[in-house]
Amino acid sequence: MNPQLKWKFVFILIVVLICIYGILGLPQFPTSLAQLNQNIADRIKLGLDLKGGSHLILQVQVDEAIGFHCDQALDQLTKQLHEKNIPFGEIRRVDDTHILVRDVDPAGSGNFRDLVTSQFSEWSYAPAAGETNGYLLTMKPSVVADLRTQTMDQSLETITRRINALGLTEPTIAFTGRNDNEILVQLPGEGDPTRAKSVIQAGGQLELARVADEQTYPSEIAALSAHGGVLPPGTIIVSGKAEGTAPGQPPQQVYYVLDRLPIVTGQDLRSATTSPSANYPGQYQVDFKLSTAAAARFGPFTEANVGRRMAIVLDHQVYTAPVINGRIEDSGLIEGSFTQDSAQDLALVLRAGALPASIKYLEERTVGPSLGADSIREGVRASIGSLIVVMIFLVIYYHQSGVNAVVALILNLVILVAFMAYAGAVLTLPGIAGVILTIGMGVDSNVLVFERIREELRNGKANASAVDQGFDRAFLTIIDTHVTTIVSAIFLFLFGTGPVRGFAVTLVIGLLANVFTSIYVSRLIFDWHVSRLGREAELSI
Amino acid sequence: MEFFRGVNADWMGKAKYFVALSLTLLAIGWFSILRNHGLRYGIDFRGGTLVYVRFAGPPPIDQIRKGLQTAGLPNSSIQSISDISNANSRNDVVIGLEQQGQGDESLDAGKQAILDVLHKTFGTDTSGKQDFNSITSSALAAYLTQKDPLLLGTSAGDRYNQLAQKLLSARDQDRGGVVTGFDQLKSVEGVTPAVLSSLTSGFSLGNFAIRNVEIVGPKVGAQLRKQAILATLYALAGMLVYIAFRFEWVYGAAAVIAVFHDVLITLGFFSLFHYEISLTVIAALLTLVGYSMNDTIVIFDRVRENLRLMRREPLAEIVNKSINQTLSRTILTSGLTFLTVSVLFLMGGEVLRAFSFAMVVGVVVGTYSSFGIAAPIVVVWNKYRGQGAAPAGSAADKRVVATARR
Repeated sequence: MNPQLKWKFVFILIVVLICIYGILGLPQFPTSLAQLNQNIADRIKLGLDLKGGSHLILQVQVDEAIGFHCDQALDQLTKQLHEKNIPFGEIRRVDDTHILVRDVDPAGSGNFRDLVTSQFSEWSYAPAAGETNGYLLTMKPSVVADLRTQTMDQSLETITRRINALGLTEPTIAFTGRNDNEILVQLPGEGDPTRAKSVIQAGGQLELARVADEQTYPSEIAALSAHGGVLPPGTIIVSGKAEGTAPGQPPQQVYYVLDRLPIVTGQDLRSATTSPSANYPGQYQVDFKLSTAAAARFGPFTEANVGRRMAIVLDHQVYTAPVINGRIEDSGLIEGSFTQDSAQDLALVLRAGALPASIKYLEERTVGPSLGADSIREGVRASIGSLIVVMIFLVIYYHQSGVNAVVALILNLVILVAFMAYAGAVLTLPGIAGVILTIGMGVDSNVLVFERIREELRNGKANASAVDQGFDRAFLTIIDTHVTTIVSAIFLFLFGTGPVRGFAVTLVIGLLANVFTSIYVSRLIFDWHVSRLGREAELSI
Repeated sequence: MEFFRGVNADWMGKAKYFVALSLTLLAIGWFSILRNHGLRYGIDFRGGTLVYVRFAGPPPIDQIRKGLQTAGLPNSSIQSISDISNANSRNDVVIGLEQQGQGDESLDAGKQAILDVLHKTFGTDTSGKQDFNSITSSALAAYLTQKDPLLLGTSAGDRYNQLAQKLLSARDQDRGGVVTGFDQLKSVEGVTPAVLSSLTSGFSLGNFAIRNVEIVGPKVGAQLRKQAILATLYALAGMLVYIAFRFEWVYGAAAVIAVFHDVLITLGFFSLFHYEISLTVIAALLTLVGYSMNDTIVIFDRVRENLRLMRREPLAEIVNKSINQTLSRTILTSGLTFLTVSVLFLMGGEVLRAFSFAMVVGVVVGTYSSFGIAAPIVVVWNKYRGQGAAPAGSAADKRVVATARR
């Protein structure tokens, strides 16, 4: 055989071996049928629509974090204005990024400006429109942008920690890339995402604060009026559920007056675990331990407040308000109507940390395992069906050359699957449709070449020359036709989501592999065939 | 064997019939769309909630419908989705809720409401047992480990995890997700009578299982619609540029008009046959766009080649000849692609049905539009510009010729 042909054969053989190894041979070389199946299952990553699982898209309410930052600045500014004795009429928040200070005493306005420039460098100020002696403070855009990024990063981290703590298999947690405040969560194999969703969405802000007023009130107004219409300095009103409601009754909303500054927050926790409740048999409680620094504050606090109540505030709601019976150094517990699951979830959330802003769900898709299994079965069935149909046709219509085309087609599919295995690309149900399309469109390349070869043979050319001309003339058209479909697929990939992207990827890889097999491999087989035929023999096409 | 040898039809002469056919198809399609007040968008573009449920026996649709009304879900719909190609699906149902308000209620409030209705319709199991038909693998493994029916003691290791997985595989793959009697699990590897009796004592068998849930929020739908349109327009623009570069710009315009015509007709057929437009359908449409371009390019390629060989002849003749020469290839390719997507349509299952329908229609229309729309546009344009003869090739053309002759 022509030595050049031989090398080309060897090259293709190596490619084939690499492909087969990529699909069947990793991660462990198979020594049994079971291992073989396991390898295939490992190498071919299935999308959620084939494996079953949940797909969630969350939106982080970043504006909340910005608004919170604004509130903090407002508090600070108020304090500073009082301390520096700069009289003013009113200070209030206009929106998430603007603070309005009205009726600043003209004598103190110089000090005011100095204060803002030196201590509030994140803010720019300007005289407020329509106000005499009023100033409008605006949060600088760079600060806002930084806050956004920080909030998103922290949210992603916290959510990742929480989901990992749930112990689910191979979750995906990432920015969607579509809008700058969306996070994608994929939980393969999770048929019911309810628990995961509540763990993700839980605010997780824990605060322990002293109860300033032993009385609880049925409404905010009642609480205010009990103090003469004005809250004592350093306190706030927080709502919570009444303790000791009869079972079966909906808990009533009551209002507590608490110290504004908590003595301990969630960030001071060293650990959080669960155990069966000592006081409420059948239920569970969450035990937590404080860091040494926090314990150093907590010990004296509890000792100084024996007999008073301490409120355990979760996500701005008073959960319980037990009486402090004695000095507590570094441990505490939260109890009250927890099941084992909900106690574990709360402990998980406390360990992972609080979310900087709340979460809203935009999209939720769950594919149950039975649907996934059905989809795989139907997809594979359709693929094999279309492959057989095409193969039969090729052999009937193009005779021996048809066999050539079939070999190229099968190699095309092998390369496609192997490439996806090596690249870790995900196979989705539309992806399987992409494989079927590759079969249908891929045959086009062969048809183009074969029809040209037939034409050249009809025009009286010799075998070798006809094959040459056929491939040469068809080459550009093959490239052209593949380019347009690949361009479409690229746009699909850019604009699409999960399953559609899987389709785009499979189609592109399939078509690229098709260029290789229909031009290089097919040509090689023809050349070899022609070189074996005598000068007078007819090419079977 | 060879079809289409020596065909010598006058395609360009029949151009007006082609245009008439196209206009008719367009009219039928768009009349249907108007009558149905627009295209039927799937949940991806509309927003809303869809819950796909498989029942153990024939589903009590009317009862469920009444339950939905009573629960205050008037915008709900329920319909049977049994699929002829899949015997297991004869008791499948899809319950849908229209997009509820823009408010802050949680996204899955609708799903919870539907589940409540389903549980109410079938009565809650008062024995307090878990539902085997909706349990997950880890929960089942935990139960089995606790009950230890195989008396493995501390050496149980991974065995119960594997057994749980096998049991649930049998439930999902063989029984389609709903088990109606525990003895259906008898033949699962590793199952003994002790295992079966521990299952029977610990689990009830729910009457239904959730196959699939899709919930899309209100703003997401509008955004996806915008993206889909943008993607299509960009793709068309990209191809226009590519073809204008490889041929001349009038060829590019002709190809794009033909492809646009294909998409419009396909959308019309969608409306006629009551298919919904989802994201995967957009994927099919974009693929169509690429595919229709293929066909058109093959003809244009041949035209360009023949232009060099037959400089004197009128363009219409050259185009006719080109189409005749490539007819064999065109019919074959389209035929084979049509065959493969037909197989997909028939055997590919419910999820891909709309996608494969788009491809089936698109392949046929796309092939037709290459000689029926694109080619006539080129010929008519050149005639209109007063050049009955062959127009000059572009510079890119000559470059390409040089490389081909290598």
